[in-house]
Amino acid sequence: MRTEPVTSDARTEPPAPLLIRGGRPYGEGVQDVLVRDGRIAAIGADLEAPADAEVIDAEGCIVLPGLVDLHTHLREPGGEEAETVETGTRAAARGGFTAVHAMANTTPVADTAGVVEQVALRGDSAGWCAVRPVGAVTVGLAGERLAELDAMANSRARVRVFSDDGKCVHDPVLMRRALEYVKSFDGVIAQHAQDPRLTDGAQMHEGLVSAELGLAGWPAVAEESIIARDVLLAQHVGSRLHVCHLSTAGSVDIVRWAKQRGIAVTAEVTPHHLLLTDENVRQFDAVFKVNPPLRTAADVEAVREGLADGTIDIVATDHAPHPADAKDREWDQAAMGMTGLETALSLVQSTMVDPGRISWRDVARVLSEAPARIGRDEDQGRPLAVGEPAHLLVWDPRPVRVSDPSEHASQGRNSPFAGLELPGANRLTLLAGRATVRDGAVVER
Amino acid sequence: MRHFISIADLRREEALEVLATAEHMAQTQSRAIRKLPTLVGTTVVNLFFEDSTRTRISFEAAAKRLSADVINFSAKGSSISKGESLKDTALTLQAMGADAVVVRSGSAGAAHLLAHAGWIDQPIVNAGDGAHEHPTQAMLDAFTMRRHLRPGDPHADLDGLHVVIVGDVLHSRVARSNVLLLTLLGARVTLVAPPALVPVGATGWPCEISYDLDEALAAGPDAVMMLRVQHERMIGGGFFPTAGEYSRRYGLSAARAASLPAHTIVMHPGPMNRGFEIAGSVADSPRSVIVEQVASGVFVRMAVLYHLLATDAREAPREN
Amino acid sequence: MTSNDPALGAGAERSRVLGPEEIRRALTRIAHEILESDHGAEDLVLLGIPHRGVPLARRLAELIARAEGRNEGGDLDSLHGALDITMYRDDLRHNPTRAPSPTRIPPAGIDGRTVVLVDDVLYSGRTVRAALDALSAIGRPAAVRLAVLVDRGHRELPIRADHVGKNLPTSRSERVHVQLAETDGTDAVDIVRPAPAGEARA
Repeated sequence: MRTEPVTSDARTEPPAPLLIRGGRPYGEGVQDVLVRDGRIAAIGADLEAPADAEVIDAEGCIVLPGLVDLHTHLREPGGEEAETVETGTRAAARGGFTAVHAMANTTPVADTAGVVEQVALRGDSAGWCAVRPVGAVTVGLAGERLAELDAMANSRARVRVFSDDGKCVHDPVLMRRALEYVKSFDGVIAQHAQDPRLTDGAQMHEGLVSAELGLAGWPAVAEESIIARDVLLAQHVGSRLHVCHLSTAGSVDIVRWAKQRGIAVTAEVTPHHLLLTDENVRQFDAVFKVNPPLRTAADVEAVREGLADGTIDIVATDHAPHPADAKDREWDQAAMGMTGLETALSLVQSTMVDPGRISWRDVARVLSEAPARIGRDEDQGRPLAVGEPAHLLVWDPRPVRVSDPSEHASQGRNSPFAGLELPGANRLTLLAGRATVRDGAVVER
Repeated sequence: MRHFISIADLRREEALEVLATAEHMAQTQSRAIRKLPTLVGTTVVNLFFEDSTRTRISFEAAAKRLSADVINFSAKGSSISKGESLKDTALTLQAMGADAVVVRSGSAGAAHLLAHAGWIDQPIVNAGDGAHEHPTQAMLDAFTMRRHLRPGDPHADLDGLHVVIVGDVLHSRVARSNVLLLTLLGARVTLVAPPALVPVGATGWPCEISYDLDEALAAGPDAVMMLRVQHERMIGGGFFPTAGEYSRRYGLSAARAASLPAHTIVMHPGPMNRGFEIAGSVADSPRSVIVEQVASGVFVRMAVLYHLLATDAREAPREN
Repeated sequence: MTSNDPALGAGAERSRVLGPEEIRRALTRIAHEILESDHGAEDLVLLGIPHRGVPLARRLAELIARAEGRNEGGDLDSLHGALDITMYRDDLRHNPTRAPSPTRIPPAGIDGRTVVLVDDVLYSGRTVRAALDALSAIGRPAAVRLAVLVDRGHRELPIRADHVGKNLPTSRSERVHVQLAETDGTDAVDIVRPAPAGEARA
């Protein structure tokens, strides 16, 4: 058991002790949680508050380990008109996250030790949550030759997740080499599964709706064929594979099959693929344009089932902020992507927890423990236990509010959930014992 | 009707009303003076992001015959070819005082966006949006069919007619709008195309799908509509091996046309690839109504502009 | 007599001005006036303005043909027609769209002939102005006259009728409701007065 104080920010003094009173860790029995010096100091019924402690009334709330997002686009460097590390991590904190993995498709691309260290440093100085950079698999995301994966892994950013997300590592030889290469430092390739030839010019899921709307189709097979190939490659070379934003029923089947064969594959689903379908495209509102595209109701049901039965390991947001101009356009000219950090847990609650398909204990697994484990993030996704770092979320599942993107801390206003009634509210996010969010509002320093 | 965006939005009675008005417009166009003062003082903007001389001219003629002023805002040499967004263009038109905007775009949904994004208040007419819809083309096709196959009845629908539509269905807004409108009016539609040119999701459409032109023609359809096939896209895109193979399997040759019943009409939205999807002799034969489709286009577009512009729902009804 | 006129609300008051017999007499008189002023029916064309002007024009044509001793069948169609004025209105943008009605001109056309425009009610004169415009797009008559069943006054344009069935002083708030057997199943002209404001809302 570690006992030294944990702080993510050397500039501030360790905050006063904090007693979270009456909450339910993992949504199970009521237990008080005492936080001191950045760690969980005690857990138990009716704990006595130390004299200098602040007491938080968490009656009716769920206490979870801080959420970990394996798939966030912070846009910095290069895309600061869409998001910055500062605004993106504030959004993460509001969503209950204490760590995000920042995708590599920035400008310049995060394909060198210099860029990933810079992103990690920005995250540390912002101080709203831990920022773990994802390294590019190939130089410039061009899919032609491997980036210096080892240099990124051994940099101060300690990169373990590599992804060309936004683009698929479609060359099978290159994919094989990448899978092999990251074995030496226990890395993982997070694949954006999209056959580029089958999706040339693709605008939406290929099916009944695309046929009616005359938009070029993005067939499910373009995702499934890459996943099938990659799980076989992972098996062949004995490497870890992570499947980003899996979106189709067929993909769930393939991953389920691969896991049965003992292949080291993990998979993620986004909150939006748990709810929205291609029917949402009918109004040509580009806020619903995303990659992979919104699929059918049958696919939504399949990914929910896959998440419930453990085939899908984690929920990751694919938070992809865009400036308004990139979305206020004709569908085929608009940017792909949706924001998601600040609505993720509400979506998981409404689509999975409230209907009884997973428990809050499972939420801790799919939104904190498993993503931290896949990302080899030793300090995050820890158990709620004495001595563990106090990265915590106190979530009140009872309030229902109409989602309003103008209230978001993200610079992006491209939330497809605007106007929907969403359940749950963030009462408190603790990063190493320090409150980053109280009652939904970012705690300014 | 506030806008004219897609046949999917149209009710049967509305479609028939527009067709009846188009008949009326046709009647006025045989008079000594063809110009009607109906829309005097209004301004119609033709906003064409995609080159289409014949559709633009047809809308222009329609607007002018109704005495509207016409401003043409076309892609070439204008700000829209310099990357100005649809939104900025819409705001410009709003500020200029356009009374209606006719929009043609390569982007599916452009007309819908213009009508509903809140940038502009004016009625929007869709003159073709990507591979989505081309509703006035479908109206003019229905109008032409009705004149030939239901002569003398300006209120008839197309109940019981069988229409075969042949060609690149995948990329065709004409096919989409026609399937919806013709079936709305009671016709039976058979789409004929090579499998790769049929959208994967077309199984949900209210029509039959065939890969065999000869079989479809053997059923003795009342109308055969040939779609334009874009060489470049087709062969580069690998949709079929060669132009010759396509033409042999799916072209309307003189021999195929000769096998049709005497009353069957042949249609084409233009511009035609003579000798490819349709033989020149068939296009020029008595059963071809291709030139008449052009005239019908003006009548139908006059009717659409009339229904959108000659109204202002905010005012109380007139008393006698 | 009160009625539930949907345009005017409950409590509107309706009074009969002309019944079937009075309408018949008025049309007979107009038919004779037309014949007298035109010295016969040779070059006469009666064009009804939709909707109720059309059956009125047909009735006048029948009366004229009978007075002239013509056979009612064959050449009656050369004597009357219909002139739709929808596309020539100046108030289209202030009124709900109306579907145009057919225009039907006798085969011989109107050039050089005397056209009698026929309508049920003459009010502001704007309908007649639109009809004159519509006529000029079709041809060039030698003369144009106007026959109406009811002239209710309140002209907004320098237009007057040559032949009037009944001059009917009205206020602008009143409505003149013409019914004809061909279109409404009965012949009648009523004046409908709106209920007082408070009562109409009840």
